[in-house]
Amino acid sequence: MAFTATLSSGSGAATIHLAGELDASTAPDFHEAIDDAVATGAGRLVIDASELTYIASAGLRALVFARQKVAEDVVIAITGVTEPVLKVIRMAGLDHGFAIATS
Amino acid sequence: MTAERIDDFPTRQIAGYRVRRGRPFPHGATLVPGGVNFSVFSDGATAMTLVLFERGAAEPMQELPFPPGYRIGSVFTMTVFGLDLESLEYGFRADGPFDPVRGDRFDRNAILADPHALLLSGRDTWGVPPDWSRPYQYRSMIALEDFDWQDDAPLRTPTEDLVIYETHVRGFTRHPSSGVPAPGTYAGLRAKIPYLRELGINCVELMPIFEFDEFDNGRVNPGTGERLHNYWGYNTIGFFAPKAGYAATGAYGMQADEFKALVKDLHKAGIEVLLDVVFNHTAEGNEHGPTISFKGLDNATYYMLTPEGYYYNFSGTGNTVNCNHPVVRDFVLTCLRHWVAEYHVDGFRFDLAAILDRGPDGTPLPNPPLLEQLAYDPILRHTKLIAEAWDAGGLYQVGHFPNYGRWSEWNGKYRDVLRRFLKGDEGTVGELAARVAGSPDLYGGRGPAASVNFITAHDGFTLNDLVSYNDKHNEANGEGNADGANDNNSWNCGVEGPTSDPEVNALRLRQMKNALAILLVSQGVPMLLAGDEAGRTQLGNNNTYCQDNELSWFDWTLVDTSAELLRFARQMIGFRHAHPILREARHPLGVDFSGVGLPDVSWHGVRPWEPDWSPGSRLLAMMRCGRNAAGTKDHVYVAMNSHWEGHDLELPELSGGVWRIFADTGAAAPYDIHEPGTEPMPGHPRRHHIAPRSVVILTGSDD
Repeated sequence: MAFTATLSSGSGAATIHLAGELDASTAPDFHEAIDDAVATGAGRLVIDASELTYIASAGLRALVFARQKVAEDVVIAITGVTEPVLKVIRMAGLDHGFAIATS
Repeated sequence: MTAERIDDFPTRQIAGYRVRRGRPFPHGATLVPGGVNFSVFSDGATAMTLVLFERGAAEPMQELPFPPGYRIGSVFTMTVFGLDLESLEYGFRADGPFDPVRGDRFDRNAILADPHALLLSGRDTWGVPPDWSRPYQYRSMIALEDFDWQDDAPLRTPTEDLVIYETHVRGFTRHPSSGVPAPGTYAGLRAKIPYLRELGINCVELMPIFEFDEFDNGRVNPGTGERLHNYWGYNTIGFFAPKAGYAATGAYGMQADEFKALVKDLHKAGIEVLLDVVFNHTAEGNEHGPTISFKGLDNATYYMLTPEGYYYNFSGTGNTVNCNHPVVRDFVLTCLRHWVAEYHVDGFRFDLAAILDRGPDGTPLPNPPLLEQLAYDPILRHTKLIAEAWDAGGLYQVGHFPNYGRWSEWNGKYRDVLRRFLKGDEGTVGELAARVAGSPDLYGGRGPAASVNFITAHDGFTLNDLVSYNDKHNEANGEGNADGANDNNSWNCGVEGPTSDPEVNALRLRQMKNALAILLVSQGVPMLLAGDEAGRTQLGNNNTYCQDNELSWFDWTLVDTSAELLRFARQMIGFRHAHPILREARHPLGVDFSGVGLPDVSWHGVRPWEPDWSPGSRLLAMMRCGRNAAGTKDHVYVAMNSHWEGHDLELPELSGGVWRIFADTGAAAPYDIHEPGTEPMPGHPRRHHIAPRSVVILTGSDD
């Protein structure tokens, strides 16, 4: 399944909807969406991962990238994460600075 | 807008990859704009090839020979563009002579791991049997160094204030009773930080975490037929790579992040991190061992060789790293800087460090350049450097390891005399006095922080086994009980091994308390072996290097069943933190430096000021006097009795104030140790009875 990262915004939040396989080859598209989301100046960034079918370590790193790219006072919420992915995020210590909700 | 740089562009194609001549420094694989810069040193290679793999594939996807122009001096370097960093594994193929007498062991059929590899794959999950038919076992990988450290900064705890806790990443939480989400991993250890805080230690020393192969031990347990492992990991494959099998996320290649998260959270808890590093030898063994990396890249540079081209074996493991060769010195230095700069570790304990001062022919050097360089290096400047100041080649340097005012030592003499005193040997109190006062005879010019005091360490008996076994019981190691040390200075208290005899068990518990009490009031840096605070046993095995099972793992049910000992240990650690006079940066000299009316250290016997130094003496009391952090007077009196009879002690007179009993290992719990502020006074202000084989600690203040 092809990867897509779709940005939508409204009522002070920017939402990036992820679908498909997030790996090293598709992570740049995600990075681009993060840049676009930052440009909206929204105070809240939602990353909707509910339609991700696969996430590799490059995908997890893209989350770190998002946290470092976005201003500190912007809340980043990740929604729709599967339990195994959440576990990896926590074990690797990448969960700092996110509000994470599982699917 | 970043300006485009002309040197970011490839200049030619090799095997379908866009490349250009690389930069010789740094060695290893480094991310550069658009690509990866590869750089590898080999003095004797006639040709070098970069071998690229798709992650997990048995056969290479491509081989890129370095063109002659890509060799600068003895460094082969090439930048390759357009690589998929996440799925890439790489290695080198070095061509050159096979002429062992001249030191050359090139083998163009071997694919070699990069000595500077930041990650290695191949043993991603602990204990998963490898496929030995694969041509390339330990595969170099590229690491992204984008971990968010937040505001982590080195703690820079003064060395003399440390209480070190030596542990094994896997063994600490692998036992099913640990109750952590990912047992046996960096994440598991991270989940136990609250326990470490409560215990009161402020430094963990991790047994080797550089990538090694737990499957490089071919032996089996003769009793069970089970395959034995290399559990301890003193056999390095990748000096720059954290062990993937210790990471719950190793299968994702995220071991570096997981280890960094552990360091970050330990720092947040006020706990420093020391790494046990093994630079004395590598996993390549001798001429019969495998060719993994160094042997095939530059055997004659990296190893100490005899004139006939065989391996010197000062490490007892087959080969000896040629540490004072200028190129190897650079390698060691770069490696340590990497762990400090990239992983924020606070210092190192060097395994068999005496080897680090041998020259290329094995001769001990009076001024070993490697040790001097490490002592003065700007990046390592405020880290702790601790030497295991001996080696397997007979060099024993406790007290005179070349130190440049920087190096500390594992004080093996402290361990030996403490054990002999505790078991009741004659002729020990004189040396005991020197050891508990920070060994001024050994470290007079260097200060007490040069002395890492310990009674037990990973090598040898646990504390519980020290008081439960006269002899080692290493049959499970598959070497007919021939491995492991024989000079344990242990005493089983009357029965060999576990017993239901309540008197023997009570004596063992008291002996363990005695050991912890003396260790934690001694001047110098105390080091505890993980689990000793809860009476961990290895059933008399004093060399569990190969035992990845309950013999080695910390059984967390001990925290409940040994609650009395654990409480004692916690209180003793707290006592040390509360009394700066026990951790001053200078040795006590028997002089009243702080104007409290009594000397900083004084010695006593059954009667005050009358220590019995005779060979038959088994009782010694030490009084430490000075001021605490607030500047008020502080006195600590420690009576140590290894005699099988009790004695009526007459206590020294204070310059004001009264004695209070902090600890008395001869008293039944909960009266064996007291919360600060609740210490009772002795029945008579100047007298106290010390029970057989007991330690009494009194405090006096001028209130």
